Amino acid sequence: MKLYEYLAKEVMGKHGVPIPRGRVAASPEEAEKIAAELGEVAIKVQVLAGGRGKAGGIAFAATPQEARDHAARLLGIQIRGLQVDRVLVEEKLKIDRELYLGLTVDTSARVPLVMASTEGGVNIEEVPEKYIIKQHLDVHMGLYPFHGRQLARRLGLTGSLARQFADTAVRLYQVFREYDAELVEVNPLVVSGDRLVAADGRLNIDDDALYRHPQVPRTHEGTELELRVKELGLAFVQLDGDIAVMANGAGITMAVLDILASYGGKAANFLDAGGGAAIEPTARAIEVLLATNPRAILVNIFGGITRCDDVARALIQVKNTRGIPVPLVIRLVGTNEEAALSILRESGLTAFRSMRDAAAEVVRISHGPGGEL
Amino acid sequence: MAILVDEKTKVLVQGITGNQGAFHTSQMIAYGTRVVAGVSPGKAGQEVHGVPVYETVEEAVHSHGANTSILFVPAPFAKDAAMEAMAAGIRVVVVLTEHIPLHDELELVAYARQRRATMVGPNTFGVISPGKCKAGFMPSVIYKPGPVGIAARSGTLSYEVAATLSAAGLGQSTAVGLGGDRIVGMSFVDALALFAADTHTKAVVLVGEIGGTAEEEAAEFLKTMDKPAVAYLAGKSAPPGKRMGHAGAIIEKGRGTFESKVKAFKAAGCAVAEFPWDVPNLVAEALKDR
Repeated sequence: MKLYEYLAKEVMGKHGVPIPRGRVAASPEEAEKIAAELGEVAIKVQVLAGGRGKAGGIAFAATPQEARDHAARLLGIQIRGLQVDRVLVEEKLKIDRELYLGLTVDTSARVPLVMASTEGGVNIEEVPEKYIIKQHLDVHMGLYPFHGRQLARRLGLTGSLARQFADTAVRLYQVFREYDAELVEVNPLVVSGDRLVAADGRLNIDDDALYRHPQVPRTHEGTELELRVKELGLAFVQLDGDIAVMANGAGITMAVLDILASYGGKAANFLDAGGGAAIEPTARAIEVLLATNPRAILVNIFGGITRCDDVARALIQVKNTRGIPVPLVIRLVGTNEEAALSILRESGLTAFRSMRDAAAEVVRISHGPGGEL
Repeated sequence: MAILVDEKTKVLVQGITGNQGAFHTSQMIAYGTRVVAGVSPGKAGQEVHGVPVYETVEEAVHSHGANTSILFVPAPFAKDAAMEAMAAGIRVVVVLTEHIPLHDELELVAYARQRRATMVGPNTFGVISPGKCKAGFMPSVIYKPGPVGIAARSGTLSYEVAATLSAAGLGQSTAVGLGGDRIVGMSFVDALALFAADTHTKAVVLVGEIGGTAEEEAAEFLKTMDKPAVAYLAGKSAPPGKRMGHAGAIIEKGRGTFESKVKAFKAAGCAVAEFPWDVPNLVAEALKDR
């Protein structure tokens, strides 16, 4: 889960990372009031997307009236497809240099990773690797002040700035660990006269650890349908094709999408119904598929802990209650396969035994009678 | 022979008194696995399908010589349970649990390295050496004893592959689920190293997917291995930036792409199957060449 910049900075500030003075505003009036307290300000849209500066989401104001006008212009617009509900109004910083400091998990080495660069700023993605210093850390040891001093030295920082940098690195690591962060990042970490300031901040929290952070406000990313399915506890990704897909297990669901693509079809979604799902959740999942208005539905089940007869019952339940108005192609093998087949037969449905035949059939149907599409 | 588990393995089940733990204990025993003890804090003194339940792993190891543990423990308690197993000297810890926090996984991996223990998973179906030992919840009927090792990041997809192999008369030495999370204990490289040293294994099938660099690292290792390998990779059509069910299955900042993995395998002389049902033919061909 990504946090908005103002929330990420609030967390960082609490842990002693130097952040600019400022507050979040949801109306032009609030923005004006904050600007009146701060003087010259930056006004930054709060959306869960990078590159907002380039998309016109950052403005500067010399007077409270200007701040109000900018806020009035920015609130409610769309930046990178996301609606702006809030702006962050904060002191405009004198920027001498832009550094970068970030912490993440190196999934290959399987250890925490600290990254630092003197080439911070909006183009960090394009900065050549050799200008980014990376250091693996021991999770049971953490990031010590000496790590911070080493990084500062390798960046060529001296004196008070080096000390501030080392201190900031230690504090940022505390945020990384305490908040179960996938990524915590300050970019740019601005040199402003004789002080270092976190001009922008990112904090992405591991979804699987959210249960132990009840105090952190929740943000929501994804389409309306994706959010609805998330509530059901199923893994779902909306795609732009016309064959709705349900399978059991992430890997096999991905494989089904690939096979459809190879056969010239286009999947409407990724939906992993999970292993061992009972009748009710499976029925809910099928209803989700219908909500994408597909041309056809493909259900592919390799029954292990998932029982094929449960899936068959769920299909029949949906068919008999709300109806399934589009062609349904089923492939079932594994646990309780025979029982499943006879349940389907009673309702006039059949099932394929091979994934290959089922995929070919559903692609054929999706292309329509005249081979249209 | 086999890797990780065999007929001599003494299995401990952590979380044995829960629904899943109890059910799969019965399944594992039915398969012939030597389940010697269970642990469930607060439930000591009971028996589950004839298996004695202890308060701590230490007692179970002391009384029964358990050397492998399998966890049916919910995510919030899984780190504690896996740490307990490794601290008590368990050599192989199979963590089935899904949704364990990333930072807990970091700590588990670090401790496993320190203890020189092998953590399989998290978020795995377990490990099975057909005809010898099942430590997991996979449908055991699809496996047959034989010369092919399987290492996979996903459960059901590897079942599909195992079933096609068995149907083609290509049995398996061991099938191990590495887990679908971003950070897992045993990697493809670790599994390959074990298969390389196992005299019974003649070829290896890797079932990978988009995300991370585990497949690329495996390809590097394959260049030094003298047994043939065949790969199948899921996620060719997946859009970048979207998590495809598994926490680890995501293309981020151009990393973890299908193309990069295929390229790495091909450069290592490892055949990549276009479809899951192509795997048996490729394995048969690779074995014939030897």
